[in-house]
Amino acid sequence: MAGTAVRGRLIWQVATVATVTDETDAVRTIALDLPDWPGHHAGQHLDVRLTAEDGYSAERSYSIASADGEPVAITVERLDDGEVSPYLTQELRPGDQMEVRGPIGNWFTWGPHDGGPLLLIAGGSGVVPLRAILRHRQRSGSSVPARLLYSSRSLEEVIYRGELDQYRGSAEVRYTLTRRQPPGWGGFAGRVDGAMLARIAWPASQRPLAFICGPTPFVEAVAELLVARHYPESRVKTERFGGA
Amino acid sequence: MTSPVSRGFHRLSRPGDAQAGKLPPGQHATTDFPVLSAGPTPHTPLQEWSFSIRRGGKTLRAWTWPEFMDLPAETVTVDIHCVTRWSKLGTVWRGVPVPALLDQVAHDAQYVLAFSDGGYTTNLPVKDVTGGQAWLAFDYDGQPLPPEHGGPARLLVPHLYFWKSAKWVRGMELLDHDQPGFWENYGYNNYGDPWREQRYAGD
Amino acid sequence: MALDGNAIGGLLLEIFAVDMTSAEATCAACGAVRSVAETMVYFRGPGTVVRCRSCTSVLMVISRVRGLNCVDLSGIEALRVRAASA
Repeated sequence: MAGTAVRGRLIWQVATVATVTDETDAVRTIALDLPDWPGHHAGQHLDVRLTAEDGYSAERSYSIASADGEPVAITVERLDDGEVSPYLTQELRPGDQMEVRGPIGNWFTWGPHDGGPLLLIAGGSGVVPLRAILRHRQRSGSSVPARLLYSSRSLEEVIYRGELDQYRGSAEVRYTLTRRQPPGWGGFAGRVDGAMLARIAWPASQRPLAFICGPTPFVEAVAELLVARHYPESRVKTERFGGA
Repeated sequence: MTSPVSRGFHRLSRPGDAQAGKLPPGQHATTDFPVLSAGPTPHTPLQEWSFSIRRGGKTLRAWTWPEFMDLPAETVTVDIHCVTRWSKLGTVWRGVPVPALLDQVAHDAQYVLAFSDGGYTTNLPVKDVTGGQAWLAFDYDGQPLPPEHGGPARLLVPHLYFWKSAKWVRGMELLDHDQPGFWENYGYNNYGDPWREQRYAGD
Repeated sequence: MALDGNAIGGLLLEIFAVDMTSAEATCAACGAVRSVAETMVYFRGPGTVVRCRSCTSVLMVISRVRGLNCVDLSGIEALRVRAASA
């Protein structure tokens, strides 16, 4: 079955962990060394396969956190009852190996040629591919207007906060904190709703391009709100996350 | 190509594994109750719900929810085995034994095709849904069966792989010949005995 | 668990050797044309069931049986996949 073996090599590649960076208490970014990586586009994801000593293996999908041309990185949120995320966010160290399949997904991607204005709406770890999009937009010098609305339970759980705050002036980043807000918080609170979108979403007349990423109920609620604001379905791209 | 080992990675240890003696081959015990489905969760209101026994395109007998609730029910504790390799031991259900419904119809059918809201079907020999082996379950663990686990009522046939325990069941078609249902049509075993590891067609 | 076609992008890459999330599928039941990324996907069950978001009919079922990916595409009337440039 030499043909299958060759295709297997083309599909799954061995990755070595280069660095690990804790973003928050439960979230870690892992940069990977992938010598034969063909490159990726912001918004795409990859599949990770871990194999234990006894041959047991598990696969999971993670959005790529880095932009086109940057080294591959993924950002993983630890699910307490998970099988893979606790390993990736706590045990894994530089030098460890895993297998990677990707890049995957030519639909949920953005490049400057796709235009805008861009409306990015993130629910929790759904911010990962949208952060890659913002990085790509900045690195390519694009002047497409962009706004990110990022829903998080609390400010401490916001991923990439320092980096996102740096976009002030070149992109508008707003957080909505759904569970707790720090004293004196003047930003949005509670779930994304019509009133919030009325304040941050580009008017449909500007033909915006929207990307929504997060848990299924979040994505579907927000997509429905945008369609109610007359965004054509073809201009609302969605990616639903779910714990495996 | 052999996959490299990911140092320090291992399967989640499961507290139920110590009961390995009670598990069919290839299964592991789980303490949670995974939700698996082939489609969106239906939400049929009880006043619209019915269970029917059909043959040759005709409904022979049907029960509304109140009529179904009037049937004799029993509480059973059973082990369930999913073809995706998890088993859950000692699950407690309350349901109406299938013969309480089937026996109210005169028939000589050898097989049934259970059908559910959303279009799911699964086939079983009549002898596997009688003789104390199958229930129409409406309570799980002392509570009304939640929609994600098949409520208001699902088939419960614990001696076969759990895909045979059709969620959101709405009736049974009586047949002379075995007719593959949803998963049976997509490569899964027609019968599905976990103790003989009959997962796929041809096993 | 209901996700979307993005979640099976890797599986489809393995089967078709090209990205299929951006392929457009015509539903054989209702005629809706949408990208595979926008389909409703149910997995972690015996197999992966892909449904039309417009009418919920089954578009595709993928079962992994003894090392083979068994793909039933009968719910898809047509697929349009971008060709590699000449």
